[in-house]
Amino acid sequence: MESIVIEREEITWHLACHVADVPADGGACVLIEDRQIAIFNYARRGEWYATDNECPHRQQTALARGMIGSQGDEPKVACPFHKKTFSLKTGQCLTDAEYRIRTYPIRVEAGLVYIGL
Amino acid sequence: MLANTNKRVVVIGNGMVGYKFCEKLIARENWAQRFTLTVFGEEPRVAYDRVHLSEYFSGKTADELALAPDTWYAEHGIQLHLSDPVVHIDRERKEVRSHHGLVVSYDYILLATGSGAFVPAIPGVEKEGVFVYRTIEDLEFIQSYASKARRGAVVGGGLLGLEAAKALLDLGLHEAHVVEFAPRLMPRQIDAAGSGTLQSQLEALGLTVHLNKNTQEIIGGDAIEGMRFADGSALDVDMLIISAGIRPRDELAKRAGLETHPRGGIVVNDHLQTSDPDIFAIGECALAHQMIYGLVAPGYEMAAVVVARLFGEEKKFKPFDMSTKLKLIGVDVASFGNPFAEGPDCRTVTYENKAKGIYKRINITADGKELLGGILVGDAEQYNGLLQTCKNKTILPPDPEDLILGLRGGEETAGAAGIMSLPDDALICSCEAITKAAICNEITNNGCTTIDQLKKSTKACTGCGGCTPLVKDLIQGVLKQQGLYVRNVLCEHFDYSRQELLDLVRINGLKTYGGVLNQFGKGDGCEVCKPAVASILASLWNENILEKDRATIQDSNDRFLANIQKGGTYSVVPRIPGGEITPDKLIVIGQVAKKYDLYTKITGGQRIDLFGAHLNDLPKIWEELIDAGFESGHAYGKALRTVKSCVGSTWCRYGVQDSVSFAVEVEERYKGIRSPHKLKSGVSGCIRECAEAQSKDFGIIATEKGWNLYVCGNGGSKPQHAQLLATDIDKETCIRLLDRFLMFYIKTADPLTRTATWLNKMEGGITYLKAVVVDDVLGIAAELEREMQTLIDNYACEWKEVVENPHLRKRFTHFINAPEQKDPAVQFEPLRTQKRAKEWK
Repeated sequence: MESIVIEREEITWHLACHVADVPADGGACVLIEDRQIAIFNYARRGEWYATDNECPHRQQTALARGMIGSQGDEPKVACPFHKKTFSLKTGQCLTDAEYRIRTYPIRVEAGLVYIGL
Repeated sequence: MLANTNKRVVVIGNGMVGYKFCEKLIARENWAQRFTLTVFGEEPRVAYDRVHLSEYFSGKTADELALAPDTWYAEHGIQLHLSDPVVHIDRERKEVRSHHGLVVSYDYILLATGSGAFVPAIPGVEKEGVFVYRTIEDLEFIQSYASKARRGAVVGGGLLGLEAAKALLDLGLHEAHVVEFAPRLMPRQIDAAGSGTLQSQLEALGLTVHLNKNTQEIIGGDAIEGMRFADGSALDVDMLIISAGIRPRDELAKRAGLETHPRGGIVVNDHLQTSDPDIFAIGECALAHQMIYGLVAPGYEMAAVVVARLFGEEKKFKPFDMSTKLKLIGVDVASFGNPFAEGPDCRTVTYENKAKGIYKRINITADGKELLGGILVGDAEQYNGLLQTCKNKTILPPDPEDLILGLRGGEETAGAAGIMSLPDDALICSCEAITKAAICNEITNNGCTTIDQLKKSTKACTGCGGCTPLVKDLIQGVLKQQGLYVRNVLCEHFDYSRQELLDLVRINGLKTYGGVLNQFGKGDGCEVCKPAVASILASLWNENILEKDRATIQDSNDRFLANIQKGGTYSVVPRIPGGEITPDKLIVIGQVAKKYDLYTKITGGQRIDLFGAHLNDLPKIWEELIDAGFESGHAYGKALRTVKSCVGSTWCRYGVQDSVSFAVEVEERYKGIRSPHKLKSGVSGCIRECAEAQSKDFGIIATEKGWNLYVCGNGGSKPQHAQLLATDIDKETCIRLLDRFLMFYIKTADPLTRTATWLNKMEGGITYLKAVVVDDVLGIAAELEREMQTLIDNYACEWKEVVENPHLRKRFTHFINAPEQKDPAVQFEPLRTQKRAKEWK
């Protein structure tokens, strides 16, 4: 009998933008492989996050334009439309358990930002 | 791959409740690492909205009724088998077998088999032309048969029966009869009088209602030709729909040896476990608390309970409130609590208006203190409030009839008492239909004392967000009533009120958000304190709001100096002071709108709004508008919007002063000044008040001798007349008082508090405000005027600055890695001769 080995899918890193393209403590949207991805430069902590740009509440693509901040220690972003907030770490909606967004691996090297898909 | 350690959940039944279970399960984080999900459904279709089944006849397609598209299941890794009911459960081997012979092993089973129509054993019931009303298939049969039928009847005058009868009419039958065994319609929900009102409404629609009718036989050959009743009467019909109740689908459970009730239903405990703890049952097949819950809401709650259970959480299914409100064929019908309460411990108040087709009944305790339940037919507007009052056992007002009749007579509640004087049934959040009573209950009994907690527990403030300030006031009010000291702080990051923080920022000369947060806050800020600090910084220094680190702390609209609209486009509103505009400028607006394909509309504030602009186009649009002499209208800001004016003495035969000139002057003076909330104004040229100045934050009305100044009016959701601050003053005095008034408001109001609310909460009210602004009892008038002058001197059109500054301009792109490309998700639909944003789901 053959044994089936399922390998972890390999992450492909895509160059997204320059560090300076994303405002400090704010976000910007990039288009990678037809996917809208929001990149957040969490400058206060020196951290970067990447999530879907679409808010699942009303399917609006503007999370990158939202305000970021914290709830307790959890870094979060607020959708500009109806202020649903999402954890930048897990993508879980913090104001409504029904919703969540995808998060993506992100890497910053030599002033360039890469997103893993 | 960890699949072999996953718990296998088999869902039997793909109806509304079975679907809801899947939806709630996959919403959990990491669910796929813990469970595999297989769903069996008997029907050929994926789960659809059975509550709105009748809409199938009014044109909704099966696809539109579906709760999720076919692809949804696969997308989420759910194995779905349709047209393939489970026929056998082997509890020993923990396997199920489907009709097609598929064998699937399980760790847990969820029975969501629902219910079927109960068909009484009437002779002739098997004849052609006799239908039930349960599934889309049933409806398809009914539809095709109806094309050759003229007269139809429905057995059963309950909710579903009435809908079915209406459907017969919609299908073009000439007659539609409702035959009910009981002496009234909807016998489980409403009383005889309510039924009477409902009946006359239904008869007006063309239905014929027969009560007290016991169907004894269905007559005809192969096909139905009529019905005969126990009282000897008969009715000729070509088709018949049976809607005489439901029968839980418990046959599979019974065969598997699970405990079922003799009269139907799979017996479950508070955790919705059947007599086999690995098998759950929810929805209309389950018998919980000795009853079948025949509504969708308790079914959904059951789904949530089982999901929680699978994740090891303690959650029980509690007796569920069966109060209902529905729009039945266009007639509101609601019942709540105990609608039929009677006897010596109970008093009943009823109201009936036959002309309008309204019937209302409330049952209250003999001592008049508590609401036990009631019925509303024809007008169910008070349903939410009554339900809250009933559920919360709120003490009733001295005249309980006010509950259904509303306040009569001229008495007006004192504005100063503010939100706490609102009745309990006042709807605070209209998006989610949440009343004051519901929110107060959360605060008092469940300890929810922050906006975030209330958002989670009630969903208040999660729709449009317009109720947030009201909810904040409620929290404060309730805590104060409980004798707790309430510090009115901004949010978890700042332990100061807006007024305190404004003073600290001013004294320390801070101009960035980072500076303010580092010195006076903690954490990383949030969507509450960021715009509040942004407003403070703008109100103190009036520097461009997008410079330094301020762009990212601005609220949605301020961030891009435009109003974000459905679909993610923006609207553009150039300033048109006083509503006065030249033909040349009108032409430019038209040309710009045409060039960028914008929807145009005249606003309520006498200007023109251009909708549907892509983020990328905003700087180009503004460049053209600015070239033509326009400035930002700050429609996106918590700032002065417009000063509306009537045409005044320059043209009007009644005008006593030049209201347009004064309006232009006032608008030019205060334009661009940011405040805790938006500011609207109006100037009227005479007492006829055509500019509606008394509904504005500040309004000016011409008199023979000069001007009257009114302040703190409001339109909007809670209209309030402005109050008179000064009489017969000249222009210069008027401006001086306005400088003081506005600056005092800017410095002391809470975030997002309009002037009307600010005044309502002010101790001493208008008398105190007059003392400060007119009589200068605090000795701050000169300072307020000076501060206002600084703001005015620092004004610059922020759009002009953006257009001329490449660094700021660069931020107006949707994709930073493809700056020329517009958001492909933006979609429009045609609307009359223009367009509109595509409706969201």
